Amino acid sequence: MSATSSATSKAVDSPSSSSSPASTYLVLGKYEVVVGMEVHAQLLTRSKMFCRCSADYQGAPPNSHTCPVCLGMPGALPVANRAAVEATIKTGLALNCRIAETAVFARKNYHYPDLPKGYQISQYELPLCLDGWVAIDLPDGGSKRIRIRRAHLEEDTGKTTHVDGYSLVDLNRAGVPLMEIVTEADIASPDEAYAFLTKLRTLLRYLGVNSGDMEKGAMRCEPNISVRTPEMRERGEYGVKVEVKNLNSFRSVRNAIAYEAQRQAQILEQGGQVEQVNMGWDEQNQRTVLQRTKESAEDYRYFPEPDIPPLRVEEPWIQAIRATLPELPDAKRARYQEEWGLRRAEAEILTSEKRVADFFEAAVAAYGTAKGKPQRLANWITGELFRLLYAEGQGQDLRQIAGIPMKPEQLAQLLRLVDERVINPNTAKKVLERMVRTGENPQAIVEAEGLAMVSDTAQIDAAIDQVLAAHPEELARYRAGETKLLGFFMGQVMRALKGKADPGLARQRLQEKLQSEASSG
Amino acid sequence: MTESQTHTPLPDLTIHQALAGLERGDLTAVELTQAVLARIQAVEDQIQAYLRVTAEQALAQAEEADRRRQQGERAPLLGIPLAIKDVLVTEGVETTCGSKILQGFIPPYTATAVARLEEAGAILLGKTNTDEFAMGSSTENSAYQTTRNPWDLERVPGGSSGGSAAAVAAGEALGALGTDTGGSVRQPAALCGVVGLKPSYGRVSRYGLVAYGSSLDQIGPITQDVRDAALLLNVIAGHDPLDGTSLPEPVPDYTAALTGEVKGLRIGLPEEYFVAGIQPEVEAAVRAAVAHLESLGAEVLPISLPNTDKALPVYYLIAPAEASANLARYDGIRFGYSAGAENLFDNYRLTRGQGFGPEVKRRIMLGTYALSAGYYDAYYLKAQQVRTLIREDFQRAFQQVDVIAAPTSPTTAFRIGEKIDDPLAMILTDIFTTSANLAGICAISVPCGFDSQGLPIGLQLLGPALGEEAILRVAHAYEQSTDWHKRRAQLPTSAS
Ligand SMILES: [Zn+2]
Repeated sequence: MSATSSATSKAVDSPSSSSSPASTYLVLGKYEVVVGMEVHAQLLTRSKMFCRCSADYQGAPPNSHTCPVCLGMPGALPVANRAAVEATIKTGLALNCRIAETAVFARKNYHYPDLPKGYQISQYELPLCLDGWVAIDLPDGGSKRIRIRRAHLEEDTGKTTHVDGYSLVDLNRAGVPLMEIVTEADIASPDEAYAFLTKLRTLLRYLGVNSGDMEKGAMRCEPNISVRTPEMRERGEYGVKVEVKNLNSFRSVRNAIAYEAQRQAQILEQGGQVEQVNMGWDEQNQRTVLQRTKESAEDYRYFPEPDIPPLRVEEPWIQAIRATLPELPDAKRARYQEEWGLRRAEAEILTSEKRVADFFEAAVAAYGTAKGKPQRLANWITGELFRLLYAEGQGQDLRQIAGIPMKPEQLAQLLRLVDERVINPNTAKKVLERMVRTGENPQAIVEAEGLAMVSDTAQIDAAIDQVLAAHPEELARYRAGETKLLGFFMGQVMRALKGKADPGLARQRLQEKLQSEASSG
Repeated sequence: MTESQTHTPLPDLTIHQALAGLERGDLTAVELTQAVLARIQAVEDQIQAYLRVTAEQALAQAEEADRRRQQGERAPLLGIPLAIKDVLVTEGVETTCGSKILQGFIPPYTATAVARLEEAGAILLGKTNTDEFAMGSSTENSAYQTTRNPWDLERVPGGSSGGSAAAVAAGEALGALGTDTGGSVRQPAALCGVVGLKPSYGRVSRYGLVAYGSSLDQIGPITQDVRDAALLLNVIAGHDPLDGTSLPEPVPDYTAALTGEVKGLRIGLPEEYFVAGIQPEVEAAVRAAVAHLESLGAEVLPISLPNTDKALPVYYLIAPAEASANLARYDGIRFGYSAGAENLFDNYRLTRGQGFGPEVKRRIMLGTYALSAGYYDAYYLKAQQVRTLIREDFQRAFQQVDVIAAPTSPTTAFRIGEKIDDPLAMILTDIFTTSANLAGICAISVPCGFDSQGLPIGLQLLGPALGEEAILRVAHAYEQSTDWHKRRAQLPTSAS
């Protein structure tokens, strides 16, 4: 089979892993990378999946969020958390999945100390959500669909810590609702993996179902990676898959895929065979390391969970959940561009976090949608405001925008002060800094600090005279034709007026003065 | 006091007789409880029905019950001393399921059915013996003791709820809770000459019932007569938010069904339940009981349940499969017995190797095998398909008849040791009872005669899912027009 379509949005109707070689990421010049992703996302429900314990266990003393059910006590029974089921259906809808009419929980049997019942309640043959897709943007401006094979609901395990030859088990996490999202092997490069995960996280945060915090383990990604030659693709063959675990950032996922693809390609290049193994990611040395071999496939002896009746998902329920879906990032971005004339770059970054989009939209509502205004707001938010968030907040997390004292309406007021020439843009930056810190109104700051623009011609002229008198040498050079010194004089004038001068007026007066000086000299 | 009660020792009162006496003030809960504790004291050495007796707690509860009654409070079981099978967890009271692996396990919570009894004013006497994790038909699989049949101490009481059945038969409790996964309430009730009811699946909450076969397990009452069974079912039945498989349907007053009237009721007699291997005296007694019901005005119709012979094999795939997962939690880490080995795998191996008895191990192995890759389709899946056929057999039958009559057990009580080394022979004792569990329907066993050796025989009446009222009504009409339930076992020591 030869590739007929490039991996653009045109290709999405017949998505397949055999996309155009022209746009394909190749290792050692000829090996394609084939990646499928398994993502586990803890759901932000109040209680655990099968009991009434609080699911908000972060920072709690060990084993304090437990009860007979999540401790796997004899006789205790699980009861499915409706909110978790709804969150999974909601996610399935956002991922363009088909929602199963009947979903069945199943027991996955294996022994481990952090698995109190000796089996994990999961879904196997009949998951809640099937056959969806997520669109990702490609560097060439196109987009590509990554197909979702399934999304199902299960329970998290506890946590085992190994100390001094002992193992300590904390079951606070045991039974926390966990959604597992599995893609088809449609990801063809480290960057596509990164783009997919970023998009997925954005969606999950929009839906409010998951925090997306990988470092806290709330979102976990396990890529399975293989490489193959174009000949293998034509024969419909795949290489041997290697699963990589222990990845705690999207960047690690990207690096691990690149490293692992290279490693596998080199093995094949040397005539060797890739072994089916689980690898771990060594963040420090930026390499994958062997975790365990998979000589015999583990037999989990899945069977339907007799303690939980099959879930019947009827159409009215799905419709009711669909009605709660927020506007999703792609739709938002299109609206910003089409209705408000935003540039794609700003539209994209503003919609990357729902909290940022919410802030932006509230500011637009207060500032107005007249031509150019939303873009001007977008520039201020993605420029100055983000710089301040990064500088004064904790890390590069744009969600912090929801926590600052400044309200979106106040940012609109600030821009209006600039529009009305009450302050100049440089002053506005200073005012913004204080607003972000204190939440004061911009007018109040301008008054308190005496920042109103100087538009008094006499005052500006006096400053110009003073500057020209103080710099006779530069003046002589200007007269000799070095006109770029205008900028120097302009800076000096602004400084003399403590930056508050109306820059347009000051420039105009300065130019007039220099011209008259030149003609008189 | 009425004539009959003047002559009935307190421990031999039925629950409804005792409630009437308490209501009239003829006796107090403390007197009643003391009398039952004295009976336990007198006979327990020989019967060994209890794994532990909580006498002090029982007396405290009895005092409380008397105080409540004096203050004018009324509750359905106020002051009635009952026994609980040891597979139901009881907060603060050791619960072992008859297994070494749970030795020393003190549950932090109480099973819903037990909690409902307590809320209804019942007094808990203690925990009764059971085959380990309810796996067995004689209590011989208990890791602690074998309970004796009060009718013949050389014989088994049946199982797995043999402790509860023997306790009720010997007056060591006015009533008891058992559990029934494949006949474990009905079969010991039949072998001990008392009444045993297995409710429809989902009628009684399983929360706190230590799981054996989760899709089959049900808690049921074991009592001296049918009215007592209805009284206990009234209290323990009903939806429980803690059990996702418990049914939401409202609970009727089951005693209202006890009209004594069976005229026009259609009783089905399944040909497949009268086959070779059944003890002739059992068959004769059951047929006579059906004829008796006919004489009372019921209509008897021959019916067919063609998949009856597949019930045992299906049961012995599904129950062990579920058990193999249910029993995975006994890993020596959080509760119960732990071998204390140096590393994790050895501790799993030794804890489970030493903690479980042979029958439990056999079923874990069987179930693990049935669920394994490559065997799942041929065993577990096939069993589920045949289970559907069995369920459909009953659905068809109940379009024709209101209840089905059959023997409870193919034989009367067998000798201790007679079958323990022959697991297949032991399994055959469940031949008439597992179908009801597989189909999720309800069934009751009532005394219907004695064999030539004076051992009790049970009549099984099966009804559709949530058809408890029908089987209680027929059982009660039969019982009230016969005397079998009034006979008491000759106790080893002179009773108090
Ligand atoms: Zn819990």
